[in-house]
Amino acid sequence: MAAMSGGVDSAVAAARAVEAGHEVVGVHLALSRMPGTLRTGSRGCCTIEDSMDAQRAATKLGIPYYVWDFSERFKLDVVDDFVAEYQAGRTPNPCMRCNERIKFAALLERGLALGFDAVCTGHYASIYKDDEGNLELHRSLEMAKDQSYVLGVLTKEQLAHSMFPLGAMASKDLVRAEAEARGLSVANKPDSYDICFIPEGDTREWLRDFVPSQGGKIIDQEGNQLGEHDGHVGFTIGQRKGLRIGTPAKDGKPRYVLEIRPKTHEVVVGPESALEISELVGSRFSWCGKAPKSPEEFFDCDIQVRAHGDTVPASAAVVDNQLVMRLKQPFYGVAPGQTAVLYVGTRVLGQTTIDKTVSAVTAIV
Amino acid sequence: MKVFLDHASTTPVRQSALDALVSALADTGNPQSVHTHGQTTRAHLEDARDDLAEAVGCNRSEVVFNSGGTESNNQAIKGIYWARNQDRERKVIISSPIEHHALIDPIEWLCEFEGAQLKLVSVLANGELDLEHLEELIQSNAENIALISLMWVNNEIGVITDIPRVCEMAGSIPVHSDAVAAFGHLPLNFRASGLTAMSISGHKIGAPIGVGALIVSRNFKPVSLLHGGGQERGLRSGTMSYPLAKALGVAARDAVADLEVRQARLKVLRDSFEARLIAKLPEVRITAPGANRVNQNCNVILPGTKSDSMLYLLDEQGLSVSAGSACQAGVLGPSHVLIGMGYSEAEASACLRVSFGHTSEASDVDFAVEAIVNAYAKAIKANAISA
Repeated sequence: MAAMSGGVDSAVAAARAVEAGHEVVGVHLALSRMPGTLRTGSRGCCTIEDSMDAQRAATKLGIPYYVWDFSERFKLDVVDDFVAEYQAGRTPNPCMRCNERIKFAALLERGLALGFDAVCTGHYASIYKDDEGNLELHRSLEMAKDQSYVLGVLTKEQLAHSMFPLGAMASKDLVRAEAEARGLSVANKPDSYDICFIPEGDTREWLRDFVPSQGGKIIDQEGNQLGEHDGHVGFTIGQRKGLRIGTPAKDGKPRYVLEIRPKTHEVVVGPESALEISELVGSRFSWCGKAPKSPEEFFDCDIQVRAHGDTVPASAAVVDNQLVMRLKQPFYGVAPGQTAVLYVGTRVLGQTTIDKTVSAVTAIV
Repeated sequence: MKVFLDHASTTPVRQSALDALVSALADTGNPQSVHTHGQTTRAHLEDARDDLAEAVGCNRSEVVFNSGGTESNNQAIKGIYWARNQDRERKVIISSPIEHHALIDPIEWLCEFEGAQLKLVSVLANGELDLEHLEELIQSNAENIALISLMWVNNEIGVITDIPRVCEMAGSIPVHSDAVAAFGHLPLNFRASGLTAMSISGHKIGAPIGVGALIVSRNFKPVSLLHGGGQERGLRSGTMSYPLAKALGVAARDAVADLEVRQARLKVLRDSFEARLIAKLPEVRITAPGANRVNQNCNVILPGTKSDSMLYLLDEQGLSVSAGSACQAGVLGPSHVLIGMGYSEAEASACLRVSFGHTSEASDVDFAVEAIVNAYAKAIKANAISA
């Protein structure tokens, strides 16, 4: 089953699966009950145009094509979660949720029940087998396009039913060239960067329609009021722009969002140094493939907390059913709700949603 | 092996219609032209008008050729509504919740942009219209009714409405009927029905896709949607495709000629299909139980499934059937017809329409029963997991 979004990556991935001799069926996920109008500027999933592009690609590849409606699940598991997380003052990653609960869960499970063996997507990541035959998820060859981070939620069972034919591609340009050579009309379609259900790209503005906005104070670490905001929802830890605090800080340096307190509607700001995080803790974690031999003992790994962010070396272990990651170099501005993905070399070891960050100076919960 | 049991969405072109189409295509000339070439192609168009008038039981001047059902419904609804609001205001349109989107959407457009008021006739549990409720609606809105529009046969569940009776109840109020799923499948006569206008479509009876007609009483002049050369009584400007019209005329003539024999044959196929399916899967339910249905239609609910899974599993085996209606992006929603009948969203998402036609054979029934039985357990499992 090739999950076809209507973009160039999933179309080429499907083409490669066909060429590899698999019996392939194209499936487009309808994630919104209101596919809306044809959009040209910002791009995302589930527009009519995308569905038609996916269908056209499937026709070119000579494979059957179906649209499956996952709009209800998507709303419950991804959109509602996204809103609830922001309401709780956290910073969610909806693409991660979608992979965890829709693409490699609801869709895959449904596919398996209907007789499919695997789901094939256009993600840039690779699955290899180790010497003992265990499946491992690795970064793609091209780091700039690597999407192993958003696949960190996959479990051993899910890996066994996943195919990423683009993992070994050296560049996106090559994928586009291949699409062109295969006569796929999506060859020059722009990439999608936004959150697919926020087509305009303005998360705060979008959230306004879902969350009753209650204004509150912007305060410093000592509790002094510096300004006001018209709703804490949408603020992100580490955010610098859009604070609208009139007077500059005493030291003249910019101030950043350090903490969001949903109960009191307070947003705490302070200097960049206060964003320095030395430890991350998450209670909801999973191993991607084989788990570490003794996860209760601290082991070395690298941690990544954003889709295209840098990694830092760390030492991690499961302590009291929580995954604790002690960073050997600090991260700046990590927010609860974000996902920490653990790497060993290029291999994805596991992930957790961050519940708690520990600053070198003060604990931020 | 591929088996096509989706004749209600479109049916194979009849050989006679194909021959007529090809032969007419060989002639050149604009049917409006004065010269001999024009007269030749005009003759095709007018032959077609005779054939169609004969087949639907109307005067030849009452045939307005066009592109098909959607255009017919739009022209009828908007054209009659505007005409009825010329001398004084009549805002009420009476229709039903189980009409085709090609009918309900033009009405909703009038409600949104022209202040029309839609009143819906209740639907009984078996899919038949509550004609007593219709009577009440007519009485309570009498002077304000612009038109009544009710389909003759429902395209999804095959239930027949007694249109002559509706026209009797309506008295002098114009009545339009979407007869796309009726014409060619049950005996009907426009003249005797009392209708003001009636929509028909070619590709449901063995003509190609892209041609149809609105039958409009000589005694009524709807406002035209299209303006231009004034063809087709001024109701459908534009050069009419005489080859398509010719094919429609021939298909209509033949569909009416073999109607009785075909329908008797299809009833045997349909009834045997339903009986055998229910014998194998007792939980399957007929959507419109005990209703007066056309013979070629079977609509069932497969409890615990979702149509999109079923359609995939059946297509995989080579069986083409349908369910509900898909939106532009291809999403199968719950059937609004079943919702209109009072079924739950889960039930309305679990329906399957199997429709027979002039090329159907007994072996198709065997194939379809087996394919559905094969798919059923898998579809339930898939739904239980991902619902």
